[in-house]
Amino acid sequence: MSDSVLQIRDLRVTFNTQMGELRAVRGVDVDVAPGKILGVVGESGSGKSVSFLAAMGLLPKSASISGSVMLDGQELIGAKKKFVRSVRGRLLSMVFQDPLSALNPVHRVGDQIVEMIQSHQDMSTHDAQKRAVQLLEIVGIPQPDERALQYPHEFSGGMRQRVVIAMAIANDPKVLIADEPTTALDVTVQAQILEVIQTVQQRFGTAVVLITHDLGVIARVADSVNVMYAGRNVESGSVQSMFDHPSHPYTRGLLSSLPHEGVERLQPIAGFPPNMLAPPPGCGFAPRCAFATDACSAELPALRQFDDLLTSCIRAEDLRIRSNS
Amino acid sequence: MSENRGDVLLSVRNLVKNFELRGSKGFRKTKRIVQAVADVSFDVKVGQTIGLVGESGSGKTTVGRSILQLIQPTSGEVFFEGQDLTKLSFEELREIRRKMQIVFQDPFASLDPKMTVGSSIAEPLVVQGVEGDHETRVAELLELVGLASDHARRFPHEFSGGQRQRIGIARALALDPKLIVLDEPVSALDVSIQAGVVNLFADLQKRLGMSYIFIAHDLSVVRHIADQVAVMYLGKIVELGDKNSVYSHPTHPYTKALLSAVPLPDPKVERSRHRIMLEGDVPSPVNPPTGCRFRTRCWKASDICATQEPQLTVRATGQQSACHFPE
Repeated sequence: MSDSVLQIRDLRVTFNTQMGELRAVRGVDVDVAPGKILGVVGESGSGKSVSFLAAMGLLPKSASISGSVMLDGQELIGAKKKFVRSVRGRLLSMVFQDPLSALNPVHRVGDQIVEMIQSHQDMSTHDAQKRAVQLLEIVGIPQPDERALQYPHEFSGGMRQRVVIAMAIANDPKVLIADEPTTALDVTVQAQILEVIQTVQQRFGTAVVLITHDLGVIARVADSVNVMYAGRNVESGSVQSMFDHPSHPYTRGLLSSLPHEGVERLQPIAGFPPNMLAPPPGCGFAPRCAFATDACSAELPALRQFDDLLTSCIRAEDLRIRSNS
Repeated sequence: MSENRGDVLLSVRNLVKNFELRGSKGFRKTKRIVQAVADVSFDVKVGQTIGLVGESGSGKTTVGRSILQLIQPTSGEVFFEGQDLTKLSFEELREIRRKMQIVFQDPFASLDPKMTVGSSIAEPLVVQGVEGDHETRVAELLELVGLASDHARRFPHEFSGGQRQRIGIARALALDPKLIVLDEPVSALDVSIQAGVVNLFADLQKRLGMSYIFIAHDLSVVRHIADQVAVMYLGKIVELGDKNSVYSHPTHPYTKALLSAVPLPDPKVERSRHRIMLEGDVPSPVNPPTGCRFRTRCWKASDICATQEPQLTVRATGQQSACHFPE
């Protein structure tokens, strides 16, 4: 897909730790279509956050990064720091899980948005202030002109996350990366924030990468999905297909481990995720997989197309037949 | 006292817990009262599970801890096997505490990193002065929760989150409790691991017959494991009853909104269902709304809701709810 606004190819991230090389991301491809929501789902340690922190140039020096990250046709990996900094917050911006740590406690929220605008655009303070109030209104903050003069501690958790989103969209980015934006929030507030993200996507055509561990969130808002496990994409494609006929045993395991109405007994996935200091050879999921054969540990399974899913499992055909019969 | 499944094991009556908030205004000290739990009553039956659900600030954790007398309730009674726990002396409480245990959310914080897993699990036995072979008991408990008996010699850092939670459960089981308070026991775990721990709770209950108070914000897990559900909002129970009635026919607007806000892992359902969007956040418990506490976010609220507090009333589908305009 060449029409992607954000295209990542063979991204690899390795951390040099005292215990050895930790291979957090091991060859990930991502395509984000303009104006669409890509959901990235995976459990802790799957590499989902690290991949996008690497793409934004936000990892510490102990990380060695290779591969390609093309944003709107421009390469970010290996680019000059100054250039990456000018992209970040302008073309590509990020929303994190904890809104309080993303805001400066001693500045009024309006001023923080103004600063965000003026660090990337040549705009008078008066205009930037007007724009800040407008942004607060877009993200659904009541009485935005008064709220702009308040400090972060005067906002509730959900309202703070709205402020952070307002800051993130201040410069009309092409891509908004939201890393577990609703995990720290209550469900009724989560529903509101997801709606704000959808509003931004629909109103401004912003592409969104939504990183989450919650398959329900993916089902609600995402257009396409990447399922990550042990630093790789194990399955990617349309959301509907992923839920209707998952082809990778991990995706299936994830879906059947969730409580459903009428299910007497849950089906957990046996074992636990691998140690990324010494990832298993071949398929990373093989040690926990009920369908694994010797061939699975021999080499990394390639991503192959099944209808509108890309699946990295050598036994995908057998499993698909099994699920259809 | 002979016990059958279905007998009442624990009765909570008019439980209230106030916390004092000390602050200052200039040089003057100020004191404000937060009513974390405001008049909560429910029963727990032998061998059954009640789920306490609600958002942050609803008071569900405070209820759990007040029941165990880990924090002292401001008023109200907690009857365990007919005895009012709030009236017991320290010594009497210690005696009865062996029948009531708690499992916490964070399996990393609840185990002493310098103690072997075996001595952590044996600690309740030592504290309560239980005679006999602790080592055999620890091995038995480890196997009961799906771990190996030789894990007793290892330290917590050698285990994953899910395994640590199992160690915490083994410790809670050491004294053969009749009631276990499970305070968000699977919230910190990944879904694939969570399922195994939820199954373990179900298996243990079937085998050992204890009751659970399952505190969680995850409504689908509670639906899976609970028999009864209490939905809490700002320190009050707004709806209480049989799980199936509450989930299939919610009668309180808050329960309805909460259920419709939970994202379900099914894109067809998610994109077609009608969602009730509540406005704003949960108000501060320092200054709760008068009358019905939910009225500031409720689309059905009218004048009576501000002046008159609705009481829990039995509805046609069997559960109780506190609302002037039930569904």
